[in-house]
Amino acid sequence: MLEHYLSLFVKSVFVENILLAFFLGMCSFLAVSKKVETSVGLGMAVIFVMTITTPANWFVRTYLLKEGALSWISPMFANVDLDFLGFVSYIAVIAAMVQLVEMVLDRYSPKLYTALGIFLPLIAVNCAILGASLFMVERNYNFGESVVFGVGSGIGWALAIIAMSAIRHKLRYSNIPAGLRGLGITMLMTGLMSMAFMIFSGIQL
Amino acid sequence: MNFIEKMMEKQRPLFEKGGKLERFYPLFEAGETILLWTNERTKKGPHIRDGLDTKRFMMTVVVSLLPVLIFSMYNAGYQHFKAMGQTVAFSEAFAYGALKVLPLILVSYAVGGLWEVVFAIVRKHEVNEGFLVTGLLFPLTLPVTMPLWQAAIGITFGVVIGKEVFGGTGMNILNPALTGRAFLFFAYPGKISGDSVWIALDGIKEKLVDGFSGATPLLVASGAGNPETAVHAIHTHGFTFQDMFYGLIPGSLGETSTLMILIGAAILILTGVGSWRIMLSTVLGGLFMGWLFNVLAGPSNSPIMSLPAYYHLVMGGFAFGAVFMATDPVSAAQTNTGKYIYGFLIGLLAVLIRTVNPAYPEGMMLAILFMNVFSPLIDYYVVRANIKRRLSRA
Repeated sequence: MLEHYLSLFVKSVFVENILLAFFLGMCSFLAVSKKVETSVGLGMAVIFVMTITTPANWFVRTYLLKEGALSWISPMFANVDLDFLGFVSYIAVIAAMVQLVEMVLDRYSPKLYTALGIFLPLIAVNCAILGASLFMVERNYNFGESVVFGVGSGIGWALAIIAMSAIRHKLRYSNIPAGLRGLGITMLMTGLMSMAFMIFSGIQL
Repeated sequence: MNFIEKMMEKQRPLFEKGGKLERFYPLFEAGETILLWTNERTKKGPHIRDGLDTKRFMMTVVVSLLPVLIFSMYNAGYQHFKAMGQTVAFSEAFAYGALKVLPLILVSYAVGGLWEVVFAIVRKHEVNEGFLVTGLLFPLTLPVTMPLWQAAIGITFGVVIGKEVFGGTGMNILNPALTGRAFLFFAYPGKISGDSVWIALDGIKEKLVDGFSGATPLLVASGAGNPETAVHAIHTHGFTFQDMFYGLIPGSLGETSTLMILIGAAILILTGVGSWRIMLSTVLGGLFMGWLFNVLAGPSNSPIMSLPAYYHLVMGGFAFGAVFMATDPVSAAQTNTGKYIYGFLIGLLAVLIRTVNPAYPEGMMLAILFMNVFSPLIDYYVVRANIKRRLSRA
């Protein structure tokens, strides 16, 4: 059992890195990866939000949305299938969680709060976070798996953005062609990074 | 020399600012550097007075690659004749191998050099000697049967996307030669992996010896089935530890001979060009991971797990990567502590991938690229820790 969770964790961090294998969460990845400290902060925020939202959405789905999920209220709801409300409900849960993170950060780390600026509320629409919830639904994870998958995907995303921010720190001294400066070279570098991350593809755990 | 110097001086006004051929100044400068010595003098401080400039630095690497290069030619021929069951004189094998290897190197230099010059002219930077290393390292990582046009595409990708878009030598993140090779590996997998690409054969007319298999020792080891041990599988395919150390085995051009690579490593370390820290820690990382797998291996695990750790050092591209690729001064970690971490993780990942990833029998190339991605991060935190320590002392 433990082995199964461990392999799922490794898989979600490295083998199927949500950013470098699925290219989810690119907007904040490209925009906030300029400084290492900020990236670490955003990475932590994403880990936190993903760790909470993925299992939270699991609860929402299992006890409210799935076909027959409502039968715990009364047997007459046994045939109700609310899965079509999935996107709306998941994004609502995510938005609520992000509000929570925002308040916590504002209270305990104002510096990071100002550094992240607009991108903190934007985590709410970070596709990586919704993506993690949707993968959880698609792959029919149970509760334990959804926790591990949420943590793992968050760490994978954070790892990628932190590595990228260190690279961009180094790239400041590079003489990049004018047309490629900024986002252009970051996109190219992301592609090269995901090529390097191919090292783990194919591992069967 | 005087004659050449006079001739160059006569042409100089043509290429300098305001001259007719001003745009081609990088070419003039490159020619001058090759024939004489650069005429450029550092204008702003700080100054370090040392004969070891980029040119000499890079040429040292090229010289240290020569034993590997010469051996690769001999081995290409040797494997060819061995596959047909013939034993031929050294010279004949060498001549055959040279005919297979030299075109690859020429194509790599010509195509890569062309891109380097194009970028130098358009972007007005110098043609850098670093290219001489990339252009030689890249073909040495290819199998001998690589089609020339694919080699041309690979070096193009390596030089343009791996290096020039970042601004040229010294500013790239990933090792350009490995970037090109990785690109080929994913774009044309059939021509760069498997067991039919490592030995040069000229068509089907040639009669091969019975039981011929072109597999590399690594492929054999990862393909070994229970209850056969990996070492036994390697031996039954006719590879002994000595063979693998001396390099008379199928494999990518430059990677087979650990002995020749050690000669190169000695040159690099003695001249101070290659980092011994990275080489040492890579080997240690590989040995550690190999040992760890040996300890963990049970009878039901795949046989490669119980392969003695020191076998990993002489098989596949481990030695070549550790000495020539991981030590690339641009893409490796820059700080001394960082170098230990960087090298150790390369060795660890390479053996890990060889053992647990069924998709790739070899893990060295991608392990180095992967750590290239993380080396700026390692450096960043090493520097941070240093600042913190010194602040606390003050």
